[in-house]
Amino acid sequence: MNSFLAVFKRELKSYFTTPLAYVFLVIFLFFSGYLTFKDGFFEMRQADMRVFFMNLPLLFVFMVPSAAMRLWAEERKVGSIELLFTLPITIMQAVLGKFFAAWLFLTIALALTFPMVITVCYLGNPDIGLIITGYLGSLLMAGGFLAIGCFFSAVSKNQVISFVLSVVACAVLVFAGMPTTMSYLSMFLPTGLVSAMESMSFQTHFESIQRGVLEFKDLSYFVLLIIGWIAACCIVLEERKAG
Amino acid sequence: MIEVKEIRRSFGPVVAVDGISFNAGKGDVLGLLGPNGAGKSTAMRILACFLRPDSGTATICGYDILRSPIDVRRSLGYVGENVPAYNEMTVGAFLNFICDVREISGKDRKRALDRIVPMCSIDSVYHQTIETLSKGYKRRVGLAQALIHDPQVLILDEPTDGLDPNQKYEVRQLINKMSKDKCIIVSTHILEEVEAVCSRTIIIARGRILVDSTPEALKEKYRCSLDEVFRKITKTKAA
Repeated sequence: MNSFLAVFKRELKSYFTTPLAYVFLVIFLFFSGYLTFKDGFFEMRQADMRVFFMNLPLLFVFMVPSAAMRLWAEERKVGSIELLFTLPITIMQAVLGKFFAAWLFLTIALALTFPMVITVCYLGNPDIGLIITGYLGSLLMAGGFLAIGCFFSAVSKNQVISFVLSVVACAVLVFAGMPTTMSYLSMFLPTGLVSAMESMSFQTHFESIQRGVLEFKDLSYFVLLIIGWIAACCIVLEERKAG
Repeated sequence: MIEVKEIRRSFGPVVAVDGISFNAGKGDVLGLLGPNGAGKSTAMRILACFLRPDSGTATICGYDILRSPIDVRRSLGYVGENVPAYNEMTVGAFLNFICDVREISGKDRKRALDRIVPMCSIDSVYHQTIETLSKGYKRRVGLAQALIHDPQVLILDEPTDGLDPNQKYEVRQLINKMSKDKCIIVSTHILEEVEAVCSRTIIIARGRILVDSTPEALKEKYRCSLDEVFRKITKTKAA
């Protein structure tokens, strides 16, 4: 447990000792605000954060892999992985330590979007429950993307390669559930397969949580997704740590 | 303290370590000698539980490297060839991280840091980030990291590589000072180092042990300097 906490603490601090955290936060906050207002936040004349949450998956497709790409690729490139795994730390503790540190960092980024909440509350009487489930869904989605990024970061020593691979993997999972993709696929794929793809997509589960309904199937989708990719990351690291 | 039994490891078609066995006890300073690519680093990485051997095993302080790698890592200090560290951290933050992982806290941590920082002469760079340090200081930080929990077994992969003569002397003094109550394995290809610190020497080439003896016995036997002994052994026996 202590080793997990040590890795967690070190990793979280390392975001803020390098310019990475600040660059990431500024860009994320700028675009999350910009996309919301560009897509007609005022024109809708409704005090809710639907537009804000609607744009998050697209933003996360690029932003989360950029926060995750260094997790293991850098350790392997610099060689500090040799130090880490000659200390009394198991691979699982190290992977979880890094994952949760990065997740907390993304939570901080999401928490810093609080001016949006204040704006909405100032302009009208929003449904607070909806906003809370919206944030919860966003957090779970960030965790899912992060687990994918974590895996691809362990796959390659090169941060650019791991970034590109995780962006593609995240984008596939998001776009698989978009209405345009669905209608295109249903032209030549059997309905069963199309709906299977839809239920595997981030978008579907994220939207369902956003509507304010916390269903077991949506929660378990994200939890299983995270566990699966993290387990895969542990296996890949065990194989490749010395490569 | 260290028992190595027939460890073997290959990377694809290349056999890096080919059935190495040896024992070492308290008070031993074992010098692993060999040309580049002889398998010294691989053998040390296996002992530090960073790599798994394809076959064979070893026990360190009674713990098996395959069955209880975490206990092995707890009881040894290891400094890798390129002294890996987290470059963006300050020396102090880095040593505190190592203390966190090794569960040294409170007064014990203060005592450990007060002992190790002057011992490795890193007081002056304690608040500096590691990436700004010279090679010599980086090595000393690596040593401090490996010694902070006062381990019984120490594995040092080329500990004086890239140091200036004064720093080399200091590191050797440090090894000599610690040798009485620890078991130390040092890999090197600097032969004067073997004479200066090692009580025993093992010469490795192409993953195999060619000689297991003491530096004095080798010089006696071949009646020449260690340099020549090394050349004779690695060129004739390995061929």
